[in-house]
Amino acid sequence: MHIVVCIKQVPDSAQIRVHPVTNTIMRQGVPAIVNPYDLFALEEALRLKDRFGGRVTALCMGPPQAEESLRKCVSFGATDAILVTDRAFAGADTLATSYALAAAIRKIGAEQAVDLVFTGKQTIDGDTAQVGPGVAKRLGMNLLTYVSRIDAVDLDTRRLTVERRAEGGVQRLDTTLPALITMLEGTNEMRFASLDDMLRAGRFHVRKWNKEDAGIEDLGKIGLKGSPTIVSKVFGPTPRSEKADMQIVADTSVQDVTINLIQKLFTKHPLLEEQLVERLSA
Amino acid sequence: MSEAAKPAPKAAGRAGRNTELPEHLKSYKGVWVFIEHDRGQVNPVSWELMGEARKLADTLKVDVAGVLLGGPDEPLDAFAKEAYAYGADRCYLMRDPVLKGYRNEPFTKGLTDLVNTHQPEIMLLGASAMGRDLAGSVATTLGTGLTADCTELNIDGRALAATRPTFGGSLLCTIMTLAYRPQMATVRPRVMSLPRRDDSRSGDIVEMPLGMIETDVVTKLLEFIPDASRNTVNLAYADVIVSGGKGLKKAENFQLVWELARVLGAEVGATRAVVQAGWADAERQVGQTGKTVRPKLYIAAGISGAIQHRVGMEGSDVIIAINTDPNAPIFDVAHFGIVGNAMQVLPSLTQAMRTHLDKRIRKTA
Repeated sequence: MHIVVCIKQVPDSAQIRVHPVTNTIMRQGVPAIVNPYDLFALEEALRLKDRFGGRVTALCMGPPQAEESLRKCVSFGATDAILVTDRAFAGADTLATSYALAAAIRKIGAEQAVDLVFTGKQTIDGDTAQVGPGVAKRLGMNLLTYVSRIDAVDLDTRRLTVERRAEGGVQRLDTTLPALITMLEGTNEMRFASLDDMLRAGRFHVRKWNKEDAGIEDLGKIGLKGSPTIVSKVFGPTPRSEKADMQIVADTSVQDVTINLIQKLFTKHPLLEEQLVERLSA
Repeated sequence: MSEAAKPAPKAAGRAGRNTELPEHLKSYKGVWVFIEHDRGQVNPVSWELMGEARKLADTLKVDVAGVLLGGPDEPLDAFAKEAYAYGADRCYLMRDPVLKGYRNEPFTKGLTDLVNTHQPEIMLLGASAMGRDLAGSVATTLGTGLTADCTELNIDGRALAATRPTFGGSLLCTIMTLAYRPQMATVRPRVMSLPRRDDSRSGDIVEMPLGMIETDVVTKLLEFIPDASRNTVNLAYADVIVSGGKGLKKAENFQLVWELARVLGAEVGATRAVVQAGWADAERQVGQTGKTVRPKLYIAAGISGAIQHRVGMEGSDVIIAINTDPNAPIFDVAHFGIVGNAMQVLPSLTQAMRTHLDKRIRKTA
């Protein structure tokens, strides 16, 4: 079984600060991490590899330093790692990104046919959840998004049964390989990297593919040129002018503070109090 | 020859990109909303979008249409009537047994065919499990621009200006699709308010066949397992939410959040850090990577207010924040703030609320 896992290197958004005057992202000192949602995809792929044997190829498009994130995937047990990196990819939106990744997966498939592609459900920097569906469409693979469980894989009949999170419930779907799965978070727990794999990751040669290596045919479909969406404006959120009504526990007892809060809250919002009372009486 | 190879100066937009709308796409008119429904219920996000579509269409002086795909035994006509009440002028319908229960493949084909035939300039979808799955596939098939999770939609010139948070909400950016049609966007539930319903409005129906049979569809829907109603968390539409953050220090202390929630009849929310630490389920996460909420009352306990959390809850009517750090950014969006230890304030607030509300309930009884 050959599985490709698409990952993205993202800035740890919990640690991002915006320059208060220039409204630009202050990247210095912000650590780059593997998009946390992608780790659920990687773990699920590794579990299938444990069960069925075969290979897991980690694939990433990004700047040269994204090599570190791929090395991390190798330390968890990925067999191979490929970084698609070229200045020509810069400025890609989700449509252009899916074109480049699909081309690279086709190229990977030429070495050994790909049965499954995994992605995380979305990234934490872009949050779009669009690249997975886009890659599936371009490769003509069956798309399964928000998968919470892989029920069954049959390599002989090439059928796959999964559970997919939908609004208000779970869909059980049956499809055929090759398929693309976007994995829901919290569905598994990432394994610890073994010492052997960590050592292997340290000296692992991550293959770097430029646009030619990745098999890009139409240069008009990658990077800024291949992106139909245009960022026309970037700006900071407008701060609210209204200030919060503040109380400090250290100044008085906590009981006084909370009783005072309730008085103020319901004096200012009597309707809220009425609704609460009405609901609780029911 | 070099002359011909150079792009015309007018067609070359920013960074050498084509920002001019080609002639054949200029006839694309109207604003569409994909109406999401499942097991006899329309997802309210579709009506929230209908309100936005109406505003955009009025600015552009064009019509609003709803798109309904479903099985022959599903109440699509009733949904269409509702769509008119919320602002649609027309509904495009596809009825086919293959379209009963959402599946990516037939829905992508159906919606793509409808777009190619009737040519809307804007198409809006809910940023739900269904809407996101479908939007990404349809936009890729059509080769057009799609902007996810918009928080504001406007018209700039004749084009859609879609604003969304970026970098976890630290910044906002406005995104436009100038040279492609339709301009596609998704919006999360509860980001836009529900428009007023006007049942006197009516509209017309345009039907189109899907042109696909069951054997054409590879993926089979084996069954739908509804969430047991007791365990369902409908955070997005909750009226009162008590949320906890890492300021609670330990998993056991998260219980204090549940206790206050019980007294208020509230839902429990959590920050990303809390969910990652395993103190709460992922479906309780509020924020950019979790849910957008706009309850009447939101209580944030031990939450510092990272931007990615704030963007998910700042639309709440009344916000109470409890944090030890008087400079915590959560106080910038709060209406009432308590500088103090949440582990100490929560039990006290729970007790005081219980006493206060019990008294009021006895008075009304």
